[in-house]
Amino acid sequence: MNLGLYARRRMRNGIFLGLSMLATAFGLGWLALILGSLFYEGFSRFDLSLFTQMTPPPGEDGGLLNPIFGSLIMTSLAVAVGTPIGILAGTYLAEHGRYTRLAFVVRFVNDILLSAPSIVIGLFIYVTIVLTMGHFSAFAGSAALAVIVIPVVLRTTENMLLLVPNTLREAAAALGASRAHIIARITWRAARAGIVTGMLLAVARISGETAPLLFTALNNQFWSTDLNAPMASLPIVIFQFAMSPYADWQALAWAGALLITLTVLALSIIARALISQPERR
Amino acid sequence: MVDTAFILNDSLLEKRQRAIDRGRRADARFMRTTQAMAIVVLAIFIGIIWTLLVGAWPALSIYGFSFLWTEAWNPVTESFGALAPIYGTLVTSAIAIVIAVPIGIGIAIFLTELCPRSLRRPVGIAVELLAGIPSIIYGIWGLFVLAPFLQQYVQPAVIDAFDGIPILSTLFAGPPFGIGIFTAGLILAIMILPFISSITRDVFEAVPPVLKEATYGLGATVWEVVWYVVLPYARSGVVGGVMLALGRALGETMAITFVIGNAHRVSASLFAPGTSISAAIANEFTEAVGDLYYSSLIALGLILFLVTFIVLAAAQYMLMRIERRAGGGTK
Repeated sequence: MNLGLYARRRMRNGIFLGLSMLATAFGLGWLALILGSLFYEGFSRFDLSLFTQMTPPPGEDGGLLNPIFGSLIMTSLAVAVGTPIGILAGTYLAEHGRYTRLAFVVRFVNDILLSAPSIVIGLFIYVTIVLTMGHFSAFAGSAALAVIVIPVVLRTTENMLLLVPNTLREAAAALGASRAHIIARITWRAARAGIVTGMLLAVARISGETAPLLFTALNNQFWSTDLNAPMASLPIVIFQFAMSPYADWQALAWAGALLITLTVLALSIIARALISQPERR
Repeated sequence: MVDTAFILNDSLLEKRQRAIDRGRRADARFMRTTQAMAIVVLAIFIGIIWTLLVGAWPALSIYGFSFLWTEAWNPVTESFGALAPIYGTLVTSAIAIVIAVPIGIGIAIFLTELCPRSLRRPVGIAVELLAGIPSIIYGIWGLFVLAPFLQQYVQPAVIDAFDGIPILSTLFAGPPFGIGIFTAGLILAIMILPFISSITRDVFEAVPPVLKEATYGLGATVWEVVWYVVLPYARSGVVGGVMLALGRALGETMAITFVIGNAHRVSASLFAPGTSISAAIANEFTEAVGDLYYSSLIALGLILFLVTFIVLAAAQYMLMRIERRAGGGTK
């Protein structure tokens, strides 16, 4: 037996295993670092006034009430518009047109939209809606977010419907149920947890989106419930405050960042728990 | 006898026929609705390309293709060129890929081959949580934590270390700003790491266990199994995952806008401030005055969209290939 070769192979193996563990530690290290500094910097301003007061002028006390409200409104509107479109289109891909050419093209385009630069979506909405209406508005912001919601919901809906066993559909069809009936009463119901997960993921995705809001919803220093006027949103306010030279604005930006991160992490953990299944294989 | 009477009852037959017709009509309506929504998705896509083309037309018709390699960006004299943003986008993405690919693959190897079963899920989820953090968080963190750290500790040391070495000294020339092309690339690397590692892990898991077991049976070490069996088998999937991550990196906006420095110029040094397509649009669009300025920014958006489209389409092609080999079916 060639012991030298054996030792070399073992050593190479050891180095390689060490490196891959190092890589994992590196990846997890960033997560810890980012969360750590978010808590460290954001926690001091993370109190009740954050949720009860308006954005202040520099040098005064205040909170983030108007951007939190704006984000909630625009996110809900975007989800309300985007989800039905996404679910129905996903249903078409999974149930009616699984092998049609249209489905093939839509699937491809949807995957592109899923990763398309969100700033380009902002440009699209600016040209189509903001220019047409003549001014920035919360409507335009929601529209931009809805364009981001649709591909996420479509993708998860299709995948979850494909997981529903065909025997369920066949059993329902054998009882004389119509196609629409089967989909609404059997497959959607069987895939419900997955579809809700898709919605949650979409909410998580858009609640931190900044780029598409920059020149659609713009920003608003004041309390506004008018959907036809510019509206503040958390990410934009964070952007504006973080880039400012005022220390108290920066502190508010950190607190807002912590708020968004906690929301997003909570949403994605809930989403994961919803579809959690025993480990594959 | 009762049965026949039941079947032959005309009104019952009619009722049944009506029910069937009703079902058919409802089916057709339902199917047309879902189809219409699928077409909406297609329409959005075509709409994006169309509006960008129309919006970019004034700039493109004046500058033509030279828009792509002109460095000037001067709103006062209204001369615009996309070279600096394109350069910034490509270089930051390249830095991100160079850093994130080996580390992402390392994580995937750890998760599939080394990690104890009980740790596999938590570690995998933790890495994926990195992907869920919004890009603005990376931006604010990069600006207030990473950039000062790099400026104080890393960049001076690197600049000193490479001083006098021909190529490296221009690549890492001072002064240390903290923000700049390199910092933006590093942030991007952290952001795309989870994409690469989770896709790579999925394709590694699709390698038939028999192949690995046979190689282990011959006495191979873990390294040899990964290098000679797993990686060659999963190659197109890994490449697809990297392309997908590249697509994300190219279009990433907020994280970069915070730390790239927003200087419309091409510098040889990676530590110098620059700009990227997305950062230029994000910073200047609302302030753009004049049709040509505005149109030039949309032209930048068009270029970005086309480039990411090509990269993402290639990624899908690669991933589709490995899916087909693994026995089809989307997960």
